[in-house]
Amino acid sequence: MRTAAPDAEFLMRDTTSHPPAYTPAYKTSVLRSPRLALISLQQSLSEVTAPVFSADELGPLDHDLIMNYAKDGLPIGERIVVHGFVHDQLGRAVKNALVEVWQCNASGRYRHKKDQYIGALDPNFGGCGRMLTDANGYYAFRTIRPGPYPWRNRVNDWRPAHIHYGVSGDGWVQRLVTQMYFEGDPLIRTCPILGVAPSEEQIRGLIALQDIGAFVQLDSRAYRFDIVLRGHRATLFENHVQKAPAGALQ
Amino acid sequence: MSGLSSAPRGSEPVVRRETASQTAGPYVHIGLAPKAAGFDIFENNFGSVLVDAETKGERIRIEGRVFDGIGTVLKDVLIEIWQANADGKYAHRADRQPKKKIDPHFRGWGRACTDFETGVYAFETIKPGAVEGRDGRAMAPHVNAWIVARGINLGLNTRIYFSDEAVANAGDPVLNVIEWETRRQTLVAERQTKKRKDGVAVYRFDIRLQGEAETVFFDV
Repeated sequence: MRTAAPDAEFLMRDTTSHPPAYTPAYKTSVLRSPRLALISLQQSLSEVTAPVFSADELGPLDHDLIMNYAKDGLPIGERIVVHGFVHDQLGRAVKNALVEVWQCNASGRYRHKKDQYIGALDPNFGGCGRMLTDANGYYAFRTIRPGPYPWRNRVNDWRPAHIHYGVSGDGWVQRLVTQMYFEGDPLIRTCPILGVAPSEEQIRGLIALQDIGAFVQLDSRAYRFDIVLRGHRATLFENHVQKAPAGALQ
Repeated sequence: MSGLSSAPRGSEPVVRRETASQTAGPYVHIGLAPKAAGFDIFENNFGSVLVDAETKGERIRIEGRVFDGIGTVLKDVLIEIWQANADGKYAHRADRQPKKKIDPHFRGWGRACTDFETGVYAFETIKPGAVEGRDGRAMAPHVNAWIVARGINLGLNTRIYFSDEAVANAGDPVLNVIEWETRRQTLVAERQTKKRKDGVAVYRFDIRLQGEAETVFFDV
């Protein structure tokens, strides 16, 4: 009997859900994309385990981008709430997932030593936050709606307003970074970075919808953004199939 | 268009699609390492030092640089590592290897940024023990790495093995899946002949995203 091999693993990644590495319309990818095929691995303990985070590692304002860098007043811009669920591909809640978000301010300027954009920095806005999902996979934070900004790709390329996400789930293979966009933004249609997503369906999955039911009265609009991570499943049957030729090349 | 068409009409598909990945972008530091971006916001920062004074195991430093397809040193990359402790045990409930204990002083996870001037990244950690592979054979000691940056559309997974583990590496079930033997070498961190003054062994692990000696990346 195997005692060490994982008795649960993750569904094989459906690579058609993701952009390819080489996407010339997003110019920076040209020299940063591996050209050789990825080597596909059957998962071992190295892939099905992942770091565990605890609530006491996070500060009480870490998930509040309106207040977590406020110095002498409130940040400028539209106050919004962003919330949603982190599920796996089989619909199960991913509990205790670390969700880290970052964004520019209302002027389209990032608080980053390498950002040269003319848009003004906001002394009261940092632009990052983090939180853990609850038992239902739910997360929520409030922030300032980020602005669009131009970037060096083609000379008139503008990023639609977006919030970056990093999600760390229950297995190393669930690690994901992505970006959330806002329903109705006219820049969505022309963005070379969003445009690398492989299908209309996958692009729709990155666009948060206005969620009237979660508006905070006389305060904030709300947006709903759900995230799907790799599916976690029990390894059926396999324990009974001993010594299959795992490495045979076809 | 997709496999969804086979789902029963009017019902949710049984297997949903994973959310599409998007690049971490040039300002990834803001979210994942704000001090590197140039500001101080969180009281507790995740970083590149995985050990404390009481962690068990041989202290090591893993350092290196990341190169693009024409050999440029990249200075805006973020790397995370995930590894077993000195006993070869992951600090996660899915690791049920018998007789191996979790080290309360070692989570086994860290993140580092390539330096904006030099392009060097570095982790201070311990050398992991061997972990049992899925076929029951031991995997050679290794560290799992995940690489994101501007221009990388989907985070890249690789493994860092150790040059002083030649015998274990030769029997490693994952290295042996790599058909091209010359490519296996791209996953081996080179132990430097001189230790650091404080006795820490230094390993060099460069990552080549594309081109000659492209690092092996895994679909996991």
